[in-house]
Amino acid sequence: MNILQRIRLSVFPDKQETNHHKHGRGKNFRSFLLHFRPRSVPERTLKLSLTWGLGGMAVVLVFLLFGSGLMLKFAYEPTPGKAYDSIVYLNNHVPFGRLLRNIHRWSANGLLFIVFLHFLRVFYTSAFTAPRQFNWIIGLTIFSAVVLSNFTGYLLPWDQLAYWAITISTSMLDYIPGVGTGLKEWILGGPEPGPQTLINFYAIHTAALPLVLLFFLPFHFWRIRKAKGLIIPRSPDEDPSVKGDMIDSMPHLIMREVTLAVLVLAVILLTAMFFNAPLADIANPGLSPNPTKAPWYFMGIQEMLMHFHPVFALLVIPGLLLFGLLLIPYINYEANTTGIWFCSIKGRRMAVIAVFFATLVTVAAVLFDEFVVIANQTGPANMVSNGLLPFTVVLVTCIGFYMLIKKAFSATNNEAVQALFTLLITTFVVLTIIGVWFRGTGMQLMWGT
Amino acid sequence: MEKETHSRRSFFNKLWLVLGGLAFAEIIAMMFAFFRPRKTELSEDDKAAIITAGPVDNFEPGTVSAFVAGKFYLARLEDGGFLAMSRRCTHLSCTVPWVSAENKFICPCHSSEFDIRGEVANPPAPRALDLYAIEIRNNVLSVDTGKLSKRSVFAQNQVTYPKKT
Repeated sequence: MNILQRIRLSVFPDKQETNHHKHGRGKNFRSFLLHFRPRSVPERTLKLSLTWGLGGMAVVLVFLLFGSGLMLKFAYEPTPGKAYDSIVYLNNHVPFGRLLRNIHRWSANGLLFIVFLHFLRVFYTSAFTAPRQFNWIIGLTIFSAVVLSNFTGYLLPWDQLAYWAITISTSMLDYIPGVGTGLKEWILGGPEPGPQTLINFYAIHTAALPLVLLFFLPFHFWRIRKAKGLIIPRSPDEDPSVKGDMIDSMPHLIMREVTLAVLVLAVILLTAMFFNAPLADIANPGLSPNPTKAPWYFMGIQEMLMHFHPVFALLVIPGLLLFGLLLIPYINYEANTTGIWFCSIKGRRMAVIAVFFATLVTVAAVLFDEFVVIANQTGPANMVSNGLLPFTVVLVTCIGFYMLIKKAFSATNNEAVQALFTLLITTFVVLTIIGVWFRGTGMQLMWGT
Repeated sequence: MEKETHSRRSFFNKLWLVLGGLAFAEIIAMMFAFFRPRKTELSEDDKAAIITAGPVDNFEPGTVSAFVAGKFYLARLEDGGFLAMSRRCTHLSCTVPWVSAENKFICPCHSSEFDIRGEVANPPAPRALDLYAIEIRNNVLSVDTGKLSKRSVFAQNQVTYPKKT
């Protein structure tokens, strides 16, 4: 053996026989794969209509974000005087700089969207039941880390868009009684966004949150392995104890994953080639642009702020929703619906009704508040008339909806909880859409552009 | 004899637990101290933040003047009194422009409106605009931008009047 052969042998130790070239390499690759993919999986979990490949897509985007983010670190300077210029320089003078920033931006937005869909998929297939209860909590943690990553990354270009979105988003913390202002000043490193804020956000964005993801993502995947793979999809009348055959991961699972990864890469690359990441004028603390909007994923909350006293829009309602989300896997359910899309045929009908009801009521409530209540109100926002009163109305509507639909369909609590969840998610989505597309100058409601 | 070893072992186990907990608490405390907002540097700046606005007669009653460097508005009310107000909206800290055509401060972020006294004319803002202290000496007006005071509504005693001559 010459030195090259010996080096190759040290890299691929079990590849003694050179004439079994292909076979040997495949075996190496396969044993390497088995370090992080199972040897075999239940055949039925491969069905696309179970997962839609959303978890896999999210992983691909995380890799893409780590890679592009690492490269952006070499071009970016995290000080208010230089951050904006370094982005402009990256855009206009660094080869592939603009493409790289576009990739990072669209992957980040895409990840948020995909993770949201993944969250919906897991809920609507009841994939949060034992033994997967805690993995739902881990998933929510990862979801929060993804939102925070998007949020902290939003400030870094230090343009008007970034500066004011961060100003209003962090000012929301002021309304948390007791600790709020302290928390805000801790995050900003002072009373308003400045040099310290940029350093804080940069450190959180490029070190703290990636570490959180690096810890919780493998944790999330490991729990899936511990639960012996994904849930088995089934139709409402199928017996849950029938598991079906196992099938080799290689090639059946791995090839599907690779195909999906290539597709995601293609979509992101094409998007990044044809659409530029936004960059407004350099940040000017003296001039709030009109309208000033939070990042799109916070527009639902900003829209709520138009209608509720901040204590309710920022604290009471989000607090209750978060509590509800954490509670979902621990409710004592009447039926076992794991693996059935929308619990049952009945559940599907109830969910559709919830979507229509929520859309109608939300739009009607926003219009009513805008043209009847706010138009006739003067003076400061009031805890009771702008807070407790509308909140009680919303709460009573939700509880009433839950009880009515449960009774009308003589449904199980699985189906009723699902209908309520659908109601709330639809409301949030409708509020986000109103905020993003139907609010113009002075945050007035508008139709068209 | 055996019991003694056991209790000694459990004693040491507890000791380790206590010491470990203590070390952990120290690290947490260190982190808190490390991450505290750097307030001392800011207050040095703030002390030097008395801005001379100019002679009283420069400001017509019923007008609002913006001071960009001091980040505040100086409003002279119809009765001749002065108010120095922060330009930050009390709702979510956007910078509020003075719209003289409508005689109001109108926030571009969530369309809160304030009248010339900083009083909320339209929600969602929960409080009147924050105030800075004004001092009038020899008919020259200066504003201390280091001291911000919050108020929920407008009150007559917030207004500073020049001495009648």
